[in-house]
Amino acid sequence: MSETTVDTPADLATFPTARDSGCPFDPPAEYAELRAQEGTPALACPVGVDARVVSRYADVRAMLGDPNLSSHAAPSTHVVAGGLLDRPVAPGSLLNMDGPGHARLRRLLTPEFTVKRIQAMRPYVQGLVDDHLDALLARTGPVDLVADFALPIPSLVICELLGVDYADRDRFQEQTAVLIGTNSDPAALEQANLEVVGFMTQLVLTKLAAPGDDLLGRLIVRARESGQELSVEELVTLGITLLIAGHETTANMIGLSTLALLRQPGQLAALRADPGLAGTAVDEMLRYLSIVQFGVLRQATGDLTIGDETIRAGEWLVAVLSAGNRDESVFPDPDRIDLKREATAHLAFGYGIHQCLGQQLARVELQEVFARLHQRIPTLRLAVPFEEIEFKNDALVYGVRALPVTWDREEDDR
Amino acid sequence: MKVRIDVDACVGAGQCVLAAPDVFDQRDEDGMVVLLLEEPPAELEAATEHAALLCPALAIVVDR
Repeated sequence: MSETTVDTPADLATFPTARDSGCPFDPPAEYAELRAQEGTPALACPVGVDARVVSRYADVRAMLGDPNLSSHAAPSTHVVAGGLLDRPVAPGSLLNMDGPGHARLRRLLTPEFTVKRIQAMRPYVQGLVDDHLDALLARTGPVDLVADFALPIPSLVICELLGVDYADRDRFQEQTAVLIGTNSDPAALEQANLEVVGFMTQLVLTKLAAPGDDLLGRLIVRARESGQELSVEELVTLGITLLIAGHETTANMIGLSTLALLRQPGQLAALRADPGLAGTAVDEMLRYLSIVQFGVLRQATGDLTIGDETIRAGEWLVAVLSAGNRDESVFPDPDRIDLKREATAHLAFGYGIHQCLGQQLARVELQEVFARLHQRIPTLRLAVPFEEIEFKNDALVYGVRALPVTWDREEDDR
Repeated sequence: MKVRIDVDACVGAGQCVLAAPDVFDQRDEDGMVVLLLEEPPAELEAATEHAALLCPALAIVVDR
């Protein structure tokens, strides 16, 4: 699929992935070049195919809103060298499904993620955030905000959502932290993967036998009552999809946005002075950071039009979410953080039928973190030089590996 | 302003409820969109148009 009528700069034949602009929060500088040039160039991707790269805001929406697309190789396989583009889609794998099968499964799940139902979880999330802040404030010495705050909170929210027994939550959290952590060694990762699959299978079997008042229990009953009973395999895959989708993304957003805000004292002071700013602040940070950093991969199942160009059936396409979110025709001064910006139309949750199902939950978690973290620890600061922070440059979901922080303790004020 | 919704297209993202909670809701049983006001008053027109813009499934049509 190398046929293209579009001229690309001589040095831009491959899909750019390196952030070498000097600012670790900015996407690769080439994404701005891509936005500025005509059309949707076909660039060689690490996975071994050329893909039409879609980088402007309006074009990303046009692409992801088009019905002639398949997500079977989603989400970001294009940047995975040796990744498989034609792997069969596992039953229950919501991110990779298309058409009526996807719509059926998504509709069974959507009642669990309505604005109303997620708002009802807000007090639980508030309590969780406060408990973790209490634990941090009780300690002395620098702490890793990723390990002790950013990772456990979303993990415990997922436990609550799925209906994991309290007695099992520590174990669940440990294993998911290994699974999500990019510091994990391959053997530990494999072991954690087996444990999490085993854990989820056991959870599904328990819920099938006695469905409780939790996401899995209600999903099982809803599916049965509508004559669309879900298999154990589907339920396990769904459970793990919700776990990964809800945990890794939120955890990385907490760590990375905290770091980005610590680098912007003026913006941070505004948030500290008015925690009500957390609402717009969360969407602005989602836009600015766009942590699904390489965008999402699709394949055309029929011809479609993006801008003035026709994409042919069979061609691969990448919607570069981070590029669309820095499109100055939609977001003036896009490389600047403005916590008061009305940025809800950003593309960080994707667009189209696959737009993030858990986005309202993610917003509530991040809003509670944004509102509380800096209120309760107003002197929060890095415990190491900024240059020592390691970024997940190669991970599909961008973030920091660790975030050592410290603060002034009250007794220090004597 | 007149608003139409396409429930078959709806994907239950909830963007419209956040943007214009007086105009849109979601059904408890399946999370799909419910139109509360077919003809929103002038003060809700901007929020309604924003909801239509946000909808990832283009399931909201606004006629002026």
